[in-house]
Amino acid sequence: MSDQISMDSIVVRLAGDSGDGVQLMGSQFIASTALSGKDFATFPDFPAEIRAPVGTTFGVSAYQMNIGVSPITTAGDAPDVLVAFNPAALKVSLPLLSSGALLIVNNDSFTARNLTKAGYAEDPRDTGELDSYQLVPADIGRLNLEAVKPFGLSKSDGGRCKNFWALGLLMWMFDCDLLPIEDWIRQKFARKEVVRDANLAALHSGHAFGETAELSEAIPRFKIRTADLPAGEYRGITGAEALSLGLAAAGELADRPVLFCSYPITPASPLLHRLSRLGELGVGTFQAEDEIAAICAAIGASYGGVIGVTSSSGPGIALKTEAMGLAVNAELPLVIVNSQRGGPSTGLPTKTEQSDLYQAVYGRNADTPIPVIAARSPGDCFFVAIEAVRIALRHMTPVLLLSDGYLSNAAEPWRIPDMDDIEPIEVNAAPGPDDTRDAQSLAFERNAETQGRPWITPGMPELMHRLGGLEKDIDTGHISYDAANHQRMTDMRAAKVESVARFIPPQTMELGPQEGELLVIGWGSTYGSIFQAVRKIRKTHSDVSYTHLRHLFPLPENLGGLLGNFNQLLVPEMNMGQLSTVLRDQLGADPTPFCKVTGQPFLISELAEKMESMLPPVVVAACKPVAKGEAR
Amino acid sequence: MSTVLSAKDFATSQEVRWCPGCGDYAILKTMTKTLAELGARPESTAFISGIGCASRFPYYVETYGFHTIHGRAPAIATGLKLANPDIDVWVVTGDGDGLSIGGNHLLHALRRNVGLKILLFNNEIYGLTKGQYSPTSRRGTRSPSSPGGSVDAPLSPGEFALGAGAKFFARAIDTDKAGLGDVLKEAHAFEGAALVEIFQNCIVYNEDVFADFTDRKNAAEKQLRLKHGKPMLFGADNEKGIRFNPDDFSLEVIDARSVPEQVLRHDERNKVVAHLLVELAKPVALGVIYKCPGDSFEKSWYAARKSGLKRSSSVADALRSTNTWTVT
Ligand code: SF4
Repeated sequence: MSDQISMDSIVVRLAGDSGDGVQLMGSQFIASTALSGKDFATFPDFPAEIRAPVGTTFGVSAYQMNIGVSPITTAGDAPDVLVAFNPAALKVSLPLLSSGALLIVNNDSFTARNLTKAGYAEDPRDTGELDSYQLVPADIGRLNLEAVKPFGLSKSDGGRCKNFWALGLLMWMFDCDLLPIEDWIRQKFARKEVVRDANLAALHSGHAFGETAELSEAIPRFKIRTADLPAGEYRGITGAEALSLGLAAAGELADRPVLFCSYPITPASPLLHRLSRLGELGVGTFQAEDEIAAICAAIGASYGGVIGVTSSSGPGIALKTEAMGLAVNAELPLVIVNSQRGGPSTGLPTKTEQSDLYQAVYGRNADTPIPVIAARSPGDCFFVAIEAVRIALRHMTPVLLLSDGYLSNAAEPWRIPDMDDIEPIEVNAAPGPDDTRDAQSLAFERNAETQGRPWITPGMPELMHRLGGLEKDIDTGHISYDAANHQRMTDMRAAKVESVARFIPPQTMELGPQEGELLVIGWGSTYGSIFQAVRKIRKTHSDVSYTHLRHLFPLPENLGGLLGNFNQLLVPEMNMGQLSTVLRDQLGADPTPFCKVTGQPFLISELAEKMESMLPPVVVAACKPVAKGEAR
Repeated sequence: MSTVLSAKDFATSQEVRWCPGCGDYAILKTMTKTLAELGARPESTAFISGIGCASRFPYYVETYGFHTIHGRAPAIATGLKLANPDIDVWVVTGDGDGLSIGGNHLLHALRRNVGLKILLFNNEIYGLTKGQYSPTSRRGTRSPSSPGGSVDAPLSPGEFALGAGAKFFARAIDTDKAGLGDVLKEAHAFEGAALVEIFQNCIVYNEDVFADFTDRKNAAEKQLRLKHGKPMLFGADNEKGIRFNPDDFSLEVIDARSVPEQVLRHDERNKVVAHLLVELAKPVALGVIYKCPGDSFEKSWYAARKSGLKRSSSVADALRSTNTWTVT
């Protein structure tokens, strides 16, 4: 048996055709490494087509994961291990790999036809271009078919088990317990016995291959140190899971049902799917006929006393804009979730971007301010969902919650919060009937601190009133075309959103001191990459700090002061500089934007390089080689 | 016991702002009277409208009311109905609001059979935006946006509704208190989506567009008043009847006295005849043309949920409904 290689963390990438089951394989592998107490972060990278032509580079689906000692906050820059199910998967992944990476390739797929489809004139295994890697060719296709042969599956059905074969091999390489996966297979395929048994056989065959193959000394085994996560009860969670559970939790905290109204769109649909299964938590879902109907039904639900939520991605959010104005004018609570993707127009539906910040902060007709908040990590989606509902109900306003395609699908280990530790959400209660005031004015009697009006809903006796998109009198709530009143109402709507800032905690530093040379400001899903990059830089530059914004509009009240404590500001964003603009606009700051819109998350290395270019060079006495796997 | 309310109790303090002589006044009056007759409770009644002259309606009814955005009232009303199925939800829309910008929402509210009572004020013109031709305007309608006469083919609300899978379609005339009142009561009693087309006279931009059959002097000859189970008769002395012609699958007028056995009896559940009735021009069919009772959308939606929108399990449990592990 080969010696085990000890590491702090390792980056593994699985790549194949969309139909090869790499997403399933990745999530199962992660589940079992998590159970063995490791920290992780994952990045599923989907092709845009559901079933792109087999064997092509644009049909490659990949799942990248970073496993090891905490804090692991990104899926890693450069994979150390690649499992490639076909030549196209190899071709697409090669440029990403770290030097000397281990390549496990499915030999059987390297046919002349597949090589051509991948755009290889010659077999890369023969040309020497893989020489700088550690190549482990395995006849995955053939060995898998042999393993599942006794179950009498067709060749194509049998071939589908090969992800489990490869998973078995990975499990051997990483010394993971097979039991949880076996249990999962038994449960998942309980009603399809043949498939269940074939998958189990494939898993065991792959595992045995590692153990017994003549080549086994060429297949390294890795021992990854266990994470030193804070004590507690953990689970793995994706952003979509956390966001749906967070919305349900908000309903529980406010003691109101939630109605989630949505229209299918990539990459927001996983939320609709998840929430459709949370009926027992008092969550209803409604699949509307279009984006506009979705937000309108959510507004109707809020009007009816239920927490209305709608969700989409940028293009769909654009369609909802007019209705957001209605919710602002009618002073109704509403949460609008935007799982951002690359644009404009249909753009890059499966690739991630943060380019809808302008749309969220500025993108409506008239003076129509709406609070905007963003999630930073899969687990953070849970708390941000609660925060969005809290703001919506406190101030009786729509709230925009920004997530993105990466966050939706990425997974991380998550310490399960104690619901008792989370403050209940208060609802602006309806007043009792008052003979001296008419219901129309009672409905618009706003709280002086929050400008939130009481949540009066059909069914409540003696409080009937009329509501609408027309401007209304600030006191009586009746339609008003009065010029001075419109100014006062516009001021009230602005004051309402500004008042949100008084309820949010002061901005704090993720890393570094309160003042110094360079402050890096992040928002959204770039958290993981920026965190690691700043951590790395701080080893040589202790005057670099990092802060990450949840509240984008309004900004935290102390943020301006914090920015003023630094000589330079850097804002890395997956857009062309939108937060930089907002900071300039709102605080008169002058940050340096660092922009990337390639549809891929930031690499730690590119962020670190950018910071280094802004800082004085470090004089190094002697070169010390950096151990592999460090500071990812 | 709750007090008995009169039509006056359903009027608001707001000054009604339609043009003097507009058909909307008559509809409003019949509506408030019908609400009183139905014993409707103001707190559990809501009027939801879009944009247009008709959509001002909620401001004038002393119930809950929501004047929303152009064309979207059926979608907002659907959300309200799911949130609280106990509310009687009336949607007020027009030919522009409901069939042009909001055509999609109306279509889906009808096919889902959401328990909404949808009043479509059809005046074949855009009133609020000052007189442009609408999707129900007849070909050749001269308007500010079609000075040479419109060239679009008009949409028939009845054919639209039946095509969309509506389970209830009825027609009435704005000033016909009895006919409109009856139809409103039928719509109210219907469990699913009830679409009522009201021929509404816009005296400013499309005066008397329906006069041909709504004028009292023409009424007997030009209107076919349908009653479920009753023969389809019309004329001053009910001397004319409607028969189904099997040769060309059409409805035709016959002398009811000479061949009374050939006169069709109205069966509101017969969708084939309903299709022919909505197309019939002479006479124009009024009353409940089609009605096919069945479960409403919200009823099916709630039936599929064990505890409705109530919580029957805790988030704390849901958070742990997957593999968990403990770090010490
Ligand atoms: S424009 Fe026509 S429909 Fe509108 S209020 Fe005046 S008369 Fe009535």
